[in-house]
Amino acid sequence: MAVTKDAKEKKATKVQAETKFSKETYMRWYEMMVLMRKFEEKAGQLYGQQKIKGFCHLYIGQEACAAGAITALTKDDKWITAYRDHAHPLGLGTSPNAVMAELFAKATGCSKGKGGSMHIFDKEVNFIGGHGIVGGQVPLGAGIAFAEKYSGTKNLCICYMGDGAVRQGALHEAFNMAMLWKLPVIFVVENNGYAMGTSVQRTSNVHDLYKIGLGYDMPSEPVNGMRCEDIHEAVARAAERARNGEGPTFLEFKTYRYKGHSMSDPAKYRTKEELEEYRNQDPIESVRYTILENKYATEEELQAIDDKVKAQVQESVEFAENSPYPDPSELFTDIYVQKDYPYIME
Amino acid sequence: MRTIQFREALREAMSEEMRRDERVFLMGEEVAEYNGAYKVSQGMLDEFGAKRVIDTPIAELGFAGIGVGAAANGLKPIIEFMTFNFSLVAIDQVINSAAKMMSMSGGQYSCPIVFRGPTGNAGMLSSQHSQNFENWYANCPGLKVVVPSNPYDAKGLLKASIRDEDPVIFMESELMYGDKGEVPEEEYLIPIGVADVKREGEDVTIVSFGKMMKVALAAAEELAKENISVEVVDLRTVRPIDFETVLKSVKKTNRVVVVEEAWPLASISSEIAYNVQRNAFDYLDAPVVRVTCMDVPLPYAPTLIEASLPNVARTVKAIKEVMYQKA
Repeated sequence: MAVTKDAKEKKATKVQAETKFSKETYMRWYEMMVLMRKFEEKAGQLYGQQKIKGFCHLYIGQEACAAGAITALTKDDKWITAYRDHAHPLGLGTSPNAVMAELFAKATGCSKGKGGSMHIFDKEVNFIGGHGIVGGQVPLGAGIAFAEKYSGTKNLCICYMGDGAVRQGALHEAFNMAMLWKLPVIFVVENNGYAMGTSVQRTSNVHDLYKIGLGYDMPSEPVNGMRCEDIHEAVARAAERARNGEGPTFLEFKTYRYKGHSMSDPAKYRTKEELEEYRNQDPIESVRYTILENKYATEEELQAIDDKVKAQVQESVEFAENSPYPDPSELFTDIYVQKDYPYIME
Repeated sequence: MRTIQFREALREAMSEEMRRDERVFLMGEEVAEYNGAYKVSQGMLDEFGAKRVIDTPIAELGFAGIGVGAAANGLKPIIEFMTFNFSLVAIDQVINSAAKMMSMSGGQYSCPIVFRGPTGNAGMLSSQHSQNFENWYANCPGLKVVVPSNPYDAKGLLKASIRDEDPVIFMESELMYGDKGEVPEEEYLIPIGVADVKREGEDVTIVSFGKMMKVALAAAEELAKENISVEVVDLRTVRPIDFETVLKSVKKTNRVVVVEEAWPLASISSEIAYNVQRNAFDYLDAPVVRVTCMDVPLPYAPTLIEASLPNVARTVKAIKEVMYQKA
C-alpha cells in the first residue's frame, strides 16, 4: 500500500495538468497508446499460448516514443524502425487485424505472413519496416530521407533504433553522411537502458547517447521518453529543421520497456525498484491524468475508449485466428518484381 | 561499326539511362570529382551535376544502405564499389536489406538498385584485392548477378540492369576496362538471364563468364589448330543461370569444361556441374571438368599468381582430358 501511495505522490509532482496541447491531441495520444498497450498485452498472452511464434519484442512502456512523434509529423513522412515494431504502425493507422494476422503468420497479415513480428510493413501509412539486424535500419532511414530530398519534397524520414544500435558502425557511417548531405531525417534512439541484457553502461564510456550525434555536429538532445508532450515538441523542432533543409537531428528518448527484450527474456538483469520507478511515470497514466484534470474527458468516456480498443483487439485476434496460412504456392512470390523469375527447383 | 573501351560502354549505359530517367543516380567513392577510380564515370559530374553523381566518404556499409533506402523510397540508385573486395563491409545491406525488402514486406516494397564495380584479380594486388564473389552473391535469392565479358554485352546488360526493378549485382574487371570492342551507336538492351554462345563448335563445350571468357576463347582458338572444335558459352548472368543454353550445348558436344576465376568450393562451376549431371547425364561422354583459381588466397608474386589462376594451358589440358586425349 505504501508503494501505491508513494507512486501517487510522485505522479502528482511530476505530471503537470497545465498544457499547451489541445484536447484532440490528448485524446489521440490516449487512444493510440491504449491500442498499442492492449494489443501487445494480448500478443504477449497469445505468445504464451504459442499462437504467436518466432521472436516477439514488446514495446510496453515505450508507447509515448511513437505516439508523441506521430502527432508531430505529417502523413507523408516516412517511418522506419528495428524489430520492436508493432506500435508505430498501429499508431499510424495500420489495421490491428493486419498486424495481428502477421504475428499469427497468416496470409492476411500486412506482410502476407512472410515477415512476422520483426517485419511489419505498411505502405499505406509510409511505415517502411520492421528491420531485424540491429542498426541496419539507420543507413536505410538516411537513404529514405535522401530520396525525399532528391525528389524535392518537404517530407522527412523518422528513423528509430534501440540503444544497442548506437554501437554499430552502420549508425556512425549513416550519421556522417546524413549530416554531410543535410538529409531530412530524424534519428531517434529509444534508450530503454538495455541492449537485450547488456546495460548501456556496459557497452561504452559514453552513457548519454545523444552525445554520439555531437561528434558529427548533429543537433542532438535528450528527451523524456515517457512524456508525449516532450517527445512531440522535440520531434516538431527536428522536423522544422529537416523541412528547412538544415538536415538531421538525433534525439535520445529516455524510456523503459516493462517487459524483457523478447518473450524469452525474464529480465533478471534489472531490479524491481527500477521497473517500478518507470511504471510510476507510465505514459498512458500520465496522459490520462492530464485529460481528467483538464476535463477533456470523463472517466466514463475514457472507459468507453478502453472498451472500444479492447473490442478492436479482440476482433483482431478473431480475424487472425480465422485467416488462412499462406498457400504453399506463395513461397515463390514477393521475392522478385520479375514475375517469371526462373528459380532453381531441385 | 565503331569500337569503344569497356569503361566507355559502361559510362554510355549509365549516362543514357540517367538522361532517360531522372530517378537514376550514381553514388560511390571517387565517382564524381576524381572522375572514377578507373575513369568509368569520367565526365559524368560535368553532365549531370553533383546532385546525381555523388562522391561518398569511404563508408561502404553506410552508402550501400543509403542506396537501398533510396531505392525502397522510389529512386533507382547505381552504387559503385571501387572493387567488390570492399563490398564485404557492406554485405549486410546487400543481403539483409536489398535482397530481403520484397520478401519481408510481402511485396509492398521493392529495391531497384544496381551495385557495380570490378571483381577478381587485377594483377599483383595480393590476397585482399584479388577475390571473386560472384558465387557468394549468386547464392542469395532476391538478387540478380551479371558478369559481362566484353564492351557490347557490358553496355546492353548494364542498361537492362538499371531498368530492372530488382536489385542487381553487376561485376566488371579492372583488367578489362581498357578492352575495346564493337558497340553500335544505336540503343540496345541485353536481357538479364540469357547466356550467349560466343563461339560455335562440335566437339566440346566450355562454359565461362566475365574475364575468364578471354581464357575460354583463347583456348578454343588454340585447339582449333588441332582440329578440335570448341563451343564457348558465355553465361553473362550467374543469377539466374541460363541452364537451357548450357544444356543445349552439352547435348550437342557431350563434353563440358567450366572455366571460372573464383575458388572451387561451392562455385558457379559446381552448380553447372550439378545441373549438367542432373539433366544431361545420358548425354555426357566424360565427367564434367572445371578450371578454377586454386584453393588458396591469391598471393603477390607473379609466379604464384600464374600457378593459381585459370589460364589457356590449364583449359586446353582440361579439354583434352574430357576428350580422352593426351595433353
